[in-house]
Formats: sequence, C-alpha cells, structure tokens
Amino acid sequence: MKTKFTTDTKLESEIAYFENINLKLESADIIDSFKLAFKTFGKLNADKTNAILVCHALTGDQYVAGNNPITGREGWWSRMVGPNKPIDTNKFFVICSNVLGGCAGSTGPKELQNGSDVAYGGNFPSVTIKDMVKAQSLLIESLNIEKLFSVIGGSMGAMQALQWAIDFPDKILNIIHIAGALKHSAQNIAFHEVGRQAIMSDPIWRNGKYFENNEVPERGLSVARMIAHITYLSENAMHRKFGRKLQSRDIISFGFDADFQVESYLRYQGKSFVERFDANSYLYLTRAMDYFDHDETFRKNIEFSHNQNNHLKYLIVSFTSDWLFPTIESKMIVNQLNSLSREVSFLEIDTDKGHDSFLLEEPQLDDVIKGFLTNNFAKIDE
Amino acid sequence: MNKINSIRKDWSLIETLIAEDRKILDIGCGDGGLMEQLENNRNAITHGIELNRDLAANAIARGFNVVHGNAELDLSQYSNNSFDYVILSQTLQAMMKPKDILSELLRIGSKAIVSFPNFGHWKIRLQLLISGKMPVTESLPYTWYDTPNIHFFTIKDFLNLCNEMNIVIEKSIGLTSKGKQFDISESVTGVNFFTHEAIFLLSYKNFEPIKIISSKKVFAKNSVIAN
Repeated sequence: MKTKFTTDTKLESEIAYFENINLKLESADIIDSFKLAFKTFGKLNADKTNAILVCHALTGDQYVAGNNPITGREGWWSRMVGPNKPIDTNKFFVICSNVLGGCAGSTGPKELQNGSDVAYGGNFPSVTIKDMVKAQSLLIESLNIEKLFSVIGGSMGAMQALQWAIDFPDKILNIIHIAGALKHSAQNIAFHEVGRQAIMSDPIWRNGKYFENNEVPERGLSVARMIAHITYLSENAMHRKFGRKLQSRDIISFGFDADFQVESYLRYQGKSFVERFDANSYLYLTRAMDYFDHDETFRKNIEFSHNQNNHLKYLIVSFTSDWLFPTIESKMIVNQLNSLSREVSFLEIDTDKGHDSFLLEEPQLDDVIKGFLTNNFAKIDE
Repeated sequence: MNKINSIRKDWSLIETLIAEDRKILDIGCGDGGLMEQLENNRNAITHGIELNRDLAANAIARGFNVVHGNAELDLSQYSNNSFDYVILSQTLQAMMKPKDILSELLRIGSKAIVSFPNFGHWKIRLQLLISGKMPVTESLPYTWYDTPNIHFFTIKDFLNLCNEMNIVIEKSIGLTSKGKQFDISESVTGVNFFTHEAIFLLSYKNFEPIKIISSKKVFAKNSVIAN
C-alpha cells in the first residue's frame, strides 16, 4: 500500500492520502480514494512500542492537544494529552485522526468527490464506526506501526476503541473506553433524530446541497447542537451552573428573549458550533453512532475471534451522572469480559458533570488513565 | 495500627495457602495490597473487586485488574471455575447473604480462602455475659447500630455451615489474640474459645467419578446420581 503524506499548513495537520484503495464500507459502498487528516504528538520510540491512538467523539477532531486553528482555541483534550499530562507525550507517541465522514480535513460530505469539483454533500456514502476504524487501521499501517500500545476514546471515541478490540485485537495491547456502550440506546437515537430533523427542516439545507449557494443551515445545525448539549450535561450540573439566574437583566421580559442564563448559554453553544462544524457531517456521524450495536455480538466476537485477543487489557470508565451512556451500559461490557475471564478494570467516577465529564476536570479519571498506561507500559518494557 | 497489623498477618497466612502461578480473584481487594503481594511472591495472575470507589481507583491506578463493584451483586458475571482461588478476607460477616456468597466463591473458584473474626472468642463471650451489651473489641470495633458486620458467627457455626453445604475444609489456621498461630483441626478442645481470627481453605467435596458402562460407550459423571 502506497500512501502519500502531505502537510496542510492552513489546517496545521498532516494529511494521509489513500489512493485507489477501494475502501469497502459496511454499507457495501466503495470509496475508491480517501484522505485522513491527523496530528501526532511526542516521539515514536525505536521499537515502535509507545504509540497511542486517541479517537475523538462526535464533534471532535484531530486537534486533541496543542492549538486548534479552526477554533483558535486549545485542543479538545489538552488537559489530558501533552508533556507530563496523564497521557504523557514525553513518553508516548499520540496519534489522533479526524474520522472518516468528519469535517476537519478527512474525507467526508464537505470534501470534493473524487475527480470532480463538487462536494459530496448528501451523496456521501453512509459510514459506520467499523468503517472509521478500518480507515484508522490503514493510517496506522502506513505509519509503519505494527502494534498500538493503546486505543483511547470517550463517547463515540469509546465506540471506536471497542471496535478496535473486535476487529484488530492483534494490532493493539489495550483499550481505554470512557463513557461508552455496546450499543446506541433508543433514547440516544431519539435525541439524534431530533437533531437531524432540526437540520433537515432548515430550508437552507436543501437535501444537503447548501454548499452550492455558499450557505449553511445555521438554524437547524445550532438547534441540533443545543439539544445535544443538554444531553451532555446533567440536571445537577445545570442547576449548579445556571439555576434560574437571569441573563443581563434584573426582571423577566415577558417575551421570548434569552431571559435565563441557561438559554443564553445554549444559544451561544449552538452559534459557535455552526462556525466549526458541517451540517451534513453531523447527519452522517450521528447516524454512524446510531448504527453501532454490539449488544448481541460483542461476547461472541471476543470469544470466537479468529484474531488472538486474550492479551487485551481493558479499562472501562463511566460517570454517575451520565444519563446518555449510563454506568449500566459500561457494566454490560465489564460483565461480558469478566464472564470470559479477560483482564478488565472498571471504575464509575462520582461526578455531577454528566456525559461531558470525560472532557472536564476529573482528577480520578486522570489518575486511572495515567496509572493504567504507565503500569501496563512498564510491563511490556520488562 | 492493630487493624493494619492484623490484615498484614492475615495476608501472609493467605499467601502460605496459595501455590505458584495461579489465577486469583480477591474480593474486597482494597487498593490491591494483597494482589501485589501475591503477584510478587507467588507469580499469581490477579483480579479484584472493590466496593469503595477511591480504593478501586487507587488499585486501578497502581496497575491492577480491579472492577469497582459490589460482590453481592456482581459475582454472578464470572464463569464457573474461572479462578484457582477466590479470596474473601475479613468480609463474610459483612455480607447480606453469607451462604450465597460462600457457594458463589466455590462456583467461581476451584478453591476459596475465607478469613473472619471469631465471635466465639472468650473475650467477646465474657463481655456479653458480664456487661449484657453487644461486645466491642479490637477486631470488631463497632457499636451495634453502626457496624458493617451484620452476620456474626463463630467457628462452630462456620464448620456447621460448611458441613451442610458439602464444603471440604482443606486447611484451617487459627490465630489467638496475641497472634499465636495453630491448626484449628488439630486442637479441637477450646478452639472456639481461643481463636481470635480464622482462615480457611475450602473446596467442594470431590465425588468419585461414577462410571456407567454400556455395551458401546463408557460415561463418566462427576456427581452423585440418585437411583
């Protein structure tokens, strides 16, 4: 396999081009050529044993640490990844790539169709978590890394980590699976559907062809983000942060302005999201999460895998106030792994910050990730 | 300090009951102290369950396979005979259903190691007899209304239960309150009086395989068949 690598200075990212590779998707569609935008941090050691793949969540990107040129802010997990951080880049070589179907430089609905000057838009084939992982595995291969030390992710990133354990157990040593599940639940699909309907009922969306007029279905996309954002928090966190406090006023307006701070906050979240995320990408990626389902198949896949997977270590973490991916979902994974006598650790962290906890200040999360990585790395070094 | 000493003593005795290179489940593993000891000294492969969140987090951060959970709810997930030893150190008396736990231990593990404070120790008997109040001692330091120890039992009680459940006691070690060690089975008289703490190595009764010979095949079954 020949892969072309270039650097996109505007995106401050490496781009890997996979040409004429005919990537067969789960949907049976074929993408003949595609590209992945990725960033690396730290240095690959001589034995190539210290590589970690970080998988991003639904609206994440390759900017896991350092500067994000799209938002002008710090990377989405810079509190976790960096020199002397829990995922220590003095020690580990960290790779993070924008998923297939994403909108930060990888092939997705926003990008031009192969050999044409028109973007995919709604013509982009349906991608799944399995497809994303397949694309990532090609990237890892082309970086000449035979074995990843770890695959780490939260939420949609956790789904990818689990998929790695199922599809490529022989290419990894452990996974850290945070705030995820074996399947996307009915309630989660329902919330995604509301988000998608918000986008698709925006007249500017025009069956995904909004880019032809250089327009963006801002209203739809921002409403989708507002709904999703609620699901990432918890009632207690919202109450603690906003209560019923009013926004820039002393009395209620008896109108429909953003009287309450929580309204103003959500509007801001929606608005700033539109500036950095593509509406079609949002449709495709939410769909990929919806289609994720290993409820019936995970145990069988692990037990009867044709690839060796006995060596895999699992760290599963959940949060008490996460109602999108509640602890019970994580425990199902733990139960199945324990029933197969696999090496699994599990911790439910007590916090009121909801699903978003994995991105926020949670000292216990830092401790277990750092300890899990350091101790397991020391064991392979022996 | 006394509590820690007694746990350390407990651990070193447990270690003597365990062979090399075995797979072990430590229930109530704390921050992984015993697991570490058994990995270092017995080359064991260890797994643990811990109810306390902070202790479980500590153990995981120290690199051990530890599941944060409740043994009374979570043991069912482990397959039959998936461990060589299952250890329950100083916790049986705090379980809601000790009998169920005991049978779970021996379902999951080929052998179980159980340690507990003996409620039949003379000091405890004397306290109850003289003061007429629930005893509070060094090894059972809680008052009756806030104790986690909800099922008090003596060595005699435990032996009776094992008998009833067809559990074989392979080894048993008693400790006096001064830390003197003795073999419970060999010192029958007064054992329930002087044992402060007891450690048992348990397994199920091994039934002789019953061979059923038919004209074509030989069947063997590892259990008792009625009629």
